[in-house]
Amino acid sequence: MLVLADANLRLDANAIDYIELAFYFVLVLGIGYLARRQVSSSLDFFLSGRSLPAWVTGLAFISANLGAVEVMGMSANGAQYGLPTVHYFWIGAIPAMLFLGIVMMPFYYGSKVRSVPEFMRRRFGKPAHLVNGVSFAAAQILIAGANLFLLASVVNLLLGWPLWVSIIIAAAIVLSYTALGGLSAAIYNEVLQFFVIVIALVPLTIIGLVKVGGWQGLVDKVTNSPGGTAQLHSWPGDNLTGFGNSVLSVLGIVFGLGFVLSFGYWTTNFVEVQRAMASKSMSAARRTPIIGAFPKMLVPFIVIIPGMIAAVTVSEYVKDKQVLLDGGKAESGVTFNNALLLLMRDLLPNGMLGIAIAGLLASFMAGMAANLSSFNTVFTYDIWQTYVKKDKPDHYYLNLGRVVTSGGTILAIGTAFIASNSGNILNYLQDLFSFFNAPLFATFILGMFWKRMTPHAGWSGLVLGTASAITIWALSQTGVIGLEGQGTSFVAAGVAFVVDIVVSVVVSLATKPKPDEELVGLVYSLTPKETRQHDATGENAGWYRKPGLLAGIVLVLTIALNAIF
Amino acid sequence: MATESQPRARKAGAFDIRLIIALLVGVYGVILTVMGIGFSSEEEIAKAAGVNINLWAGLGMLVVAALFVIWAVVRPLVVLAETETETGDTPTVAGE
Repeated sequence: MLVLADANLRLDANAIDYIELAFYFVLVLGIGYLARRQVSSSLDFFLSGRSLPAWVTGLAFISANLGAVEVMGMSANGAQYGLPTVHYFWIGAIPAMLFLGIVMMPFYYGSKVRSVPEFMRRRFGKPAHLVNGVSFAAAQILIAGANLFLLASVVNLLLGWPLWVSIIIAAAIVLSYTALGGLSAAIYNEVLQFFVIVIALVPLTIIGLVKVGGWQGLVDKVTNSPGGTAQLHSWPGDNLTGFGNSVLSVLGIVFGLGFVLSFGYWTTNFVEVQRAMASKSMSAARRTPIIGAFPKMLVPFIVIIPGMIAAVTVSEYVKDKQVLLDGGKAESGVTFNNALLLLMRDLLPNGMLGIAIAGLLASFMAGMAANLSSFNTVFTYDIWQTYVKKDKPDHYYLNLGRVVTSGGTILAIGTAFIASNSGNILNYLQDLFSFFNAPLFATFILGMFWKRMTPHAGWSGLVLGTASAITIWALSQTGVIGLEGQGTSFVAAGVAFVVDIVVSVVVSLATKPKPDEELVGLVYSLTPKETRQHDATGENAGWYRKPGLLAGIVLVLTIALNAIF
Repeated sequence: MATESQPRARKAGAFDIRLIIALLVGVYGVILTVMGIGFSSEEEIAKAAGVNINLWAGLGMLVVAALFVIWAVVRPLVVLAETETETGDTPTVAGE
C-alpha cells in the first residue's frame, strides 16, 4: 500500500466535493451528540440499552462488516479473481448469518449476557473466558488499525496530507462519536454509512457498466483479458483458492470458507453479535442477521463488479494486469487494492465524486467504530469488571468505557503503522480471523449442544486450536507448505476447527463437567423450549417478522444467485 | 458524566435516524441535480461514458430521500412509557 504515493491516484476533487464531505462529517458528529443524550447507564453505552428496532440493528450488522475489508478488499479481489469473489458473500456469509439468527441467537439473547466472552465465562468458566476476552480485544485493536490505515491512505491521496496526520485526524473523528454516544452512536452511524456507501457505489457501478457496454460487454472484455473465463464463473474458483484441483477447490470453499471461516466469523465475532444484542426483543435479535442478509446478498454487485470493470478499463490494469496476476509490480505503481479509486478517478465528475469519497471514508469509519465499540465493551465488562475492579457503581464502568475507547484508539493508531507493512490487507485480516474465530466457533457449537463438555475442554480447545492455525500459517509463510491465494486461511481455519473439536472431546471425557443447573439457558438440551422462543405478538406479529420464514426466503434467493453466476 | 435524570435520558432515545438519512441523501440529491442541470460540461459527461450521472444520481437520491420521509411520517416513532429494567427487553421505539 505504500506504493500508493507513486501511482497517479490523486482524485480531482473541487469545492463542491469538499462541501459534500463536510456535510457528511457534520451529520456523523451530530449523531454522536444526539446519541450522547440517551446514555445514562453502562448498558446504554455498551449495548444501546437493548432498545433498537430490528431494521436498524440489521443494517448495522452488515455495515459493521462493510468496512475496508469489504469495500477495498473485495473490489481488489474482484479485479484480481473476478466472480469467484462472490463466494465471500453467498457461501461465506449468508448461511452463517442465517444460522446465527435461527440457531444461536436464542442462547445469546436469551441468556442476557452482555458479550460473547461473557457467554464463554458462564458456559466454561474463567480460563476460557480470559483466553477469549484477551484474544478478541487484541484482534479488534489490530483490525481497527488496518481500517484506520486504509482510511488515512484515502485521505492522504485526496488531500495530500502526510499519512500520520491523516491517521490521527481520522482516529479523532471516530473516537469523538464513539466515546460520546457509545454503541448507539456507532450503530446509527453505521446505518447512515450503509446508505452513503450504497448511493456512492450504485451510480459508479451503473456508469461502469455503461462504459464497458453492459453485462455482455464486461463478459467479452474479461474473457479477452489475462485471467480469462475463469473470472466469469463463481465455481469452481481455482484461482481464488490457489488449489490446482477443482474438486479440492470446491471443498476448500464450502468447508474452509463457507463453514469454518464464515461460521466462525459471523456467529462468534462479538463485533457482529453485539449489534443483535442491542435490539429490543428476542424476535428483533433473531431477525437482525436475517434482515442483514438481504442487502448482504446484493453487496457483491456494487463491490466486485466495479473491481472487475476497473481491471478491464483502467489503463494501468489493461497494460499490467498480467504482471500483477503473476505477483509482479506494475510500472505505474498501482496494485489491485487501488481498483475502486482508479475507477472513480476515470469515471466520476465532480459532485458525484465527493459522494463516492464520502462513501469510502464512511465505510472505513464504520469498520473502525465497530471495532472500537466492541473492544470497549469486552475490555470493560469482561476484563476490568471481571478480573480487576468488581463491585463498582455502574457510573464507574460508564466512565471507564469512555476512557477505554480513547485508549483503544491510541493503540489502533499504533497498529495502523503495522498494517501499513502488510501488502495484501485482506490476507492479513483473513489470517487474523482464522486464528481467533475458527476454534472459537468449534468450542461454541460443541458447548451449546453437548452438555458434557467441561470447563477445561473450553480453554484447552481454544488454545490448541489457535496454536495450530498459527502453525499452519507460519509453515506456509516460510514455504514449507506450498499454498497460494486465500487457500492458506481456508486450510488453517479447517485445521484449527478440527484440532479444537478433537482436543475438546478428549479433555471433556477426562475431566468433570459442570452441574446441569449451572448450564440452564446456555446449553440446548437444558434450556426449556419457551425461553428459546420469542414472543410473536404485538409489534413482533406478522408473517414478515417471522425469523424462520425470512431465513427461508434468503436461502432460496442465495441458491438462485449461485445457480445464475 | 451523565447528569440527566433517568426518564429524560430514556426519552431522548427517540431521535429518528430515518430523518437524518433523508436529510443527507436529500441534500446530496439537490446538489447533484443542480450540478447535473446547470454545471455539467460536455467533457465531464463524456468522462462518465456519456451519462449525465450527476443528474440521474441526483434525481435518484431525491426519490430515496422522499421515501424515507414518507416512511418516517407514516410510521412515526412511538416512545412508550416504560418501566426501567436493567436487562429489559422492553420496547422503546417502533418504526419497522
